[in-house]
Amino acid sequence: MTVSDLMNLIQARDLTPSLPKDREVTCGYSCDLLSWVMSHGAENMAWVTVQTHLNVIAVAVLAEMACVILPEGIDMEEDSLNKSVSEGLCVLSSPLSAYEICGRMYQAGISAQS
Amino acid sequence: MDALFQTTYPVESADYTSAGRASADIKRKLKQLGVGGDVLRRVAVASYEVELNLVIHSLGGELSLSVYPDTVQLVSSDRGPGIPDLEMAMREGYSTANDEARSLGFGAGMGLPNMKRNADDFEIASTVGVGTTITMGFRLN
Ligand SMILES: Nc1ncnc2c1ncn2[C@@H]1O[C@H](COP(=O)(O)OP(=O)(O)OP(=O)(O)O)[C@@H](O)[C@H]1O
Ligand SMILES: [Mg+2]
Repeated sequence: MTVSDLMNLIQARDLTPSLPKDREVTCGYSCDLLSWVMSHGAENMAWVTVQTHLNVIAVAVLAEMACVILPEGIDMEEDSLNKSVSEGLCVLSSPLSAYEICGRMYQAGISAQS
Repeated sequence: MDALFQTTYPVESADYTSAGRASADIKRKLKQLGVGGDVLRRVAVASYEVELNLVIHSLGGELSLSVYPDTVQLVSSDRGPGIPDLEMAMREGYSTANDEARSLGFGAGMGLPNMKRNADDFEIASTVGVGTTITMGFRLN
């Protein structure tokens, strides 16, 4: 599914509206410890995290992920959003918990590994 | 053998806002040089981990990238404080990261094991009070 389909699935708000939402999402992961994400991150991944600082963007871009998802309506600081826009990385915020976001993605056929 | 390409990035201690810049640039340069796929991904992971360790744990240092016809080499060297027990530091889950670093999601104690797993050659040397040097090699094809 595309990032845009994913937004509907998890009722997400678009924190990077200037970016296209047509990129494919092929796998998902949830973790707030960056070294874990570094070792499991994959191309076209949707990553659920409560972290919102600049390094989140750096990790997601290095792994060539499709998007970052913030659970429970969390916002991201402007610095991080500016960086994600300049890097072309979509950031979404969903009112759902990380558990429910992952549950819905899994049910919709997004696998754990790409 | 002469390097086809060589560059060095200074990395400051505790500078969390620019952390990750050197590794992002390394990835960009390698892509331009035609390095891709699995090797590029492994270099990206290892360079990020080693760069962040310079920011979080060292007093400052530098990260250098050398590209040879058959390998990519990363060398990190810093001005201290050095690592007293290398065996312990290499263990998954061991971390001395401070509260600030932990609050940002660092400190899982996975960085050094990630580097070792991703590099084809990994060497670490450290002297307390002097500094730490990490050399990693990645074979091209
Ligand atoms: N350049 C360095 N200078 C001094 N100590 C270091 C350096 N690099 C690593 N260490 C020590 O080795 C430990 C383990 O490093 P490692 O990268 O595996 O984990 P971490 O940085 O603590 O956490 P993570 O990488 O998962 O965010 C560190 O906590 C620190 O004590
Ligand atoms: Mg580390």
